[in-house]
Amino acid sequence: PYHVCAVQRAAEAQGRPTELRYTETHLDTIFALSTHPGKAGIAVVRVSGPQAKSVLKSMTLAKAPFPKPRQAVTRRLLCPQSHELLDKGMVVWFPGPRSFTGEDSVEFHCHGGKAVVDGILRGIGNTGPHVRLAEPGEFSRRAFENNKLDLTEVEGLADLLNAETEAQRRLALRQADGGLKNLYETWRTQLIKSMALIEALIDFGEDENIEDDVYDNAKRQAAIVSPIPGTTRDVVEVSLDIGGYPILIGDTAGLRSSQDEIEMEGVRRAQDRIRLADINIAILPATDFLSSSKVGGGVDPIVLEAVRKNPKTMVLINKMDLPGLENDKAMAAAKSVLWGDTSLADGGEDQRRLWAISCQTGDGIGRFLNDFIKILKDRFENSVSSSTSITQYRHRKHLENCIQSLDAFLDLSADDIVLGAEELRHAASDLGRITGRVDVEEVLDVVFREFCIGK
Amino acid sequence: MFKVSRRLVLVSHTATLSRNAFSTLTKTPFRALEHSTRAQVWSARSSLLGQVRSVTLAASQALPPTPETSYDVIVVGGGHAGSEACAAAARTGAKTLLLTQKLDTIGEMSCNPSFGGVGKGVLVREIDALDGLCGRISDLAGVQFRILNRSKGPAVHGPRAQIDRKLYKKHMQAALNEYPNLTIKAGSVSDIVLGTEILPPTPGQNNVQGEIKGIKLESGEVIHAPKVVITTGTFLRGEIHIGLEAYPAGRIDEEASIGLSDSLAQAGFELSRLKTGTPPRLDGKTIDFSELTPQYGDQPASPFSYLNKEVANGHNQLACYQTSTNPKTHEIIRNNLHKSIHIRETVKGPRYCPSIESKIMRFTTKEAHTIWLEPEGYDNDVIYPNGISMTLPEKEQIEMLRTIKGLENVTVLRCGYGVEYDYVDPRELKRTLETHRIRGLYLAGQINGTTGYEEAAAQGILAGINAGLAAKSRAPLILTRADAYIGVLVDDLITKGVEEPYRVFTSRSEYRLTLRADNADLRLTRKGYEAGCVTDYRWNVYQKMEAQMNRGMQLMNEFKLSPVKWAEYGFGKSDDGVKRSAIEMLGFPNAKMLQFHEAIPELKDMDPAVQNKIEIEGAYSVYLRRQGAEVTAFMRDEAMELPSDIDYSAVPNLSNENRTKLERHRPATLGAAKRIEGVTPTSIVELLKYVQRTKRLPTMLTGEPIRSGSRKDRLRQRLKAKDL
Repeated sequence: PYHVCAVQRAAEAQGRPTELRYTETHLDTIFALSTHPGKAGIAVVRVSGPQAKSVLKSMTLAKAPFPKPRQAVTRRLLCPQSHELLDKGMVVWFPGPRSFTGEDSVEFHCHGGKAVVDGILRGIGNTGPHVRLAEPGEFSRRAFENNKLDLTEVEGLADLLNAETEAQRRLALRQADGGLKNLYETWRTQLIKSMALIEALIDFGEDENIEDDVYDNAKRQAAIVSPIPGTTRDVVEVSLDIGGYPILIGDTAGLRSSQDEIEMEGVRRAQDRIRLADINIAILPATDFLSSSKVGGGVDPIVLEAVRKNPKTMVLINKMDLPGLENDKAMAAAKSVLWGDTSLADGGEDQRRLWAISCQTGDGIGRFLNDFIKILKDRFENSVSSSTSITQYRHRKHLENCIQSLDAFLDLSADDIVLGAEELRHAASDLGRITGRVDVEEVLDVVFREFCIGK
Repeated sequence: MFKVSRRLVLVSHTATLSRNAFSTLTKTPFRALEHSTRAQVWSARSSLLGQVRSVTLAASQALPPTPETSYDVIVVGGGHAGSEACAAAARTGAKTLLLTQKLDTIGEMSCNPSFGGVGKGVLVREIDALDGLCGRISDLAGVQFRILNRSKGPAVHGPRAQIDRKLYKKHMQAALNEYPNLTIKAGSVSDIVLGTEILPPTPGQNNVQGEIKGIKLESGEVIHAPKVVITTGTFLRGEIHIGLEAYPAGRIDEEASIGLSDSLAQAGFELSRLKTGTPPRLDGKTIDFSELTPQYGDQPASPFSYLNKEVANGHNQLACYQTSTNPKTHEIIRNNLHKSIHIRETVKGPRYCPSIESKIMRFTTKEAHTIWLEPEGYDNDVIYPNGISMTLPEKEQIEMLRTIKGLENVTVLRCGYGVEYDYVDPRELKRTLETHRIRGLYLAGQINGTTGYEEAAAQGILAGINAGLAAKSRAPLILTRADAYIGVLVDDLITKGVEEPYRVFTSRSEYRLTLRADNADLRLTRKGYEAGCVTDYRWNVYQKMEAQMNRGMQLMNEFKLSPVKWAEYGFGKSDDGVKRSAIEMLGFPNAKMLQFHEAIPELKDMDPAVQNKIEIEGAYSVYLRRQGAEVTAFMRDEAMELPSDIDYSAVPNLSNENRTKLERHRPATLGAAKRIEGVTPTSIVELLKYVQRTKRLPTMLTGEPIRSGSRKDRLRQRLKAKDL
């Protein structure tokens, strides 16, 4: 009754990796920004582990000679996938055991700008399945294990270690404020519920007091966290690199007032996504503003509400290629329909929020992109908490892992209940890296609250 | 291995008699001994520690303890923890004494007549793998055997048996009476005896109060031993509750152990209260079983012990019967809740084994609660109604029982009652179950806040082994969370403490796929043998099995075929063309070992138990590999041992909160430190740094410069040092 191979086949069919996702081990190659994140001239990214050499190779030009040990050389740093230039910087190769950690290590010295550092971290993270961001304190930990820390070095490390440790985790949660934090907490609660149901079935299943449908119920709970494809994952996501900024674009269902329950569910999810996004872009056809004589008549009230509620929404007026449309007129009409007050629409260079484009001809798109990049720069380059991207990258990785485990759980049949529980535990462990560890006592609390157990 | 002759010394309970016996045996005037030992009985009663410590009359100088008054290990209490502890200590070669209030209650099952279950069954197998007794005794005394969770995968299979109480006691007592190196004696312990030597001051170890030297009986008699294991269960300030009555007792009709509790409290141990309960016992002759659903045992029955192929009464198993409460029952209980002081108490009881009163209070919408009517043995009609422990007055208990189907005319043989008792905060313990506070003193069983026979026995065997090994100056047996449920249990106790009686659940283990009932021997027997607590007989049986297992795994791993070839042996064909080993093929749904007999004929002759192990390993192989990687990561933290005498006040940059926590727990490893709730990563790093620094200290003192000058300089210096 153990469909291990079946799981693998199902995974293949769905394009997921055929191997089980392993949890983090010491065999992994780890990397981290070693300098203080923020506005600094130079940043150093450190890589340590068995794959350090191949990371270095994939981050630099293939034809460039491999650097001599412990000698700084200048190199073009490239994105390992697109081979796009990320930065010109210095690399140093420290073959083990003569390195900080005692393992093969590489240091990348690059420019301190956020986009650059992000690009490099992201690039390194994509060089292989066993290359990952270091856990807090992990570099020092490895150094310690390889007997590499001596007294003087240990003392000098204190600052760095502090930066590497809980400060990061605290920061992570602080950044995940408001809606996001609540979302994480909801997921956590759901996951614990799901685990409680499974664990109750395993540990107390022989008790007659536990109903038969517990397993399905657990799956339903988990499915809330990991949306089943085709039903809820209807926000299509694409990650793009725009002007050096890694951007995740989520294309939601159109916002539209409707009586149809399914359609409204889509709209509700789109609204959730809008709430979570850093930047919202509304693309509206120019005809919405011009075809109706009544002001606002052509734009759906839901859209209007969304645009007005979020003052940072950028609006693109599309279909400007249609005959009889004039830029100025269309813009003016749109301003008055959307905000009723033209002054709100362009209060200054960086608050611009309305563009006329044509997806058909490409007119206006170049101008929009230029402005967009400027806005990105303004809003994220100088962001106060400059290590945001690192923590966000970490969150993203853990969430992806979490979803992978949840999907594996949903794919397992009821015969595999222990294996299902195993996947849930992995999911919880990843989510716990963001929200705080899921302790078995929390799971047991729910078990004893929900079920009358007692033999 | 065991050379000491069998011996059972029965010493009477009364002081005079034991004095006489003592004097005769030792040819020493009792009075003289009493005088000298009085100074040494440092009964922890005085708060003037310094003054007491200044009394330097050590018994060893004044009067060498004679063989009859001195042992390597004394085990106090003959319950499930005590039975395993004394046998385990004796197996290590330590001269062991079991002290119990009554000889007749050794091996008593004071609550449910069953052993094992989900999680608990794995504990029994683990105890057996370490050559413990409870598995083998259960195989002799069981009246019904079942594997629970059969439908849920072998990782969570739970072997369980209904037990004949009398047979269990009989076989346990017989086994212990014949046990080499073990002496059994009746007596009530009033005090622990601490050494009078002044312990050298250890930095930061302010909580070490002394070293155990033995125990003192209520008769005044003192018995010496460098290691003492206390397993007094619910007897520490035990109090029985029936209705509104409360009186001191450990079990019904047995005295509570008050003196010992006082001694422990005065030695500074933190004591708290827990409660538990037991249901009434019914006369089976007055029960109408005809309308109730029976539940039978497995055929064939699976034994607990790896030494057994079958159980004693496999063909003569008894049935259990299922019935349930109903709204009428609930009404009677609800109307009489005010008549029980047990419920009104604020003391914590177990949430997973609630009394029927609290089930009804907490789950108001449930109209029925299941009751299992379990037989207590072959030669009597006593029925144990599992699921309705209660503390109402007797009259109400009878009234309520008679509303239940099948029990309309039931006679109650003994009514249910609640027990409230002291337990010691288990954070006082090391991984060996020795206390931090008093060297040589071990605690095991319910005294540490656990519940259940299996949990008690598991601690008993670990404490007994380690007390024995320590007495023989051998390395301890440490079990981690990755080794066994015993390791999970102990780690949970010492790092988290308890708030309700602690019971093992499989969900408590991170490595559930690895810690299974089928492979406890593979996990533990070799470890146990190397530590010195497994007898030659078991070791021989184990080695044969292990050789077969290794051979079987090798065959299965090395036998590889293409999908086309596998199809010829009747396996479903996959078209990926990938060659797969037989072990990998076991990962396919419903693959069974039987299917490989044709391809690998050698498997046919292997022990079915071994084949079963291989089948499970194969079914889980992909997952086990992943879990193996997790275990490796976990073990790296466990391998980093923190010295037990670490001075936390000298560790820089620890927050006060973290320092207090670390001081209190004294984690044995970096992993354990991490698991203590609230200990931050920064503190862990500081700890690492500190340990590293102290480790390097000798180098510093020898004057070797630390990384100064060029590499060449250093080399030159080193060479110079060598020349000198």
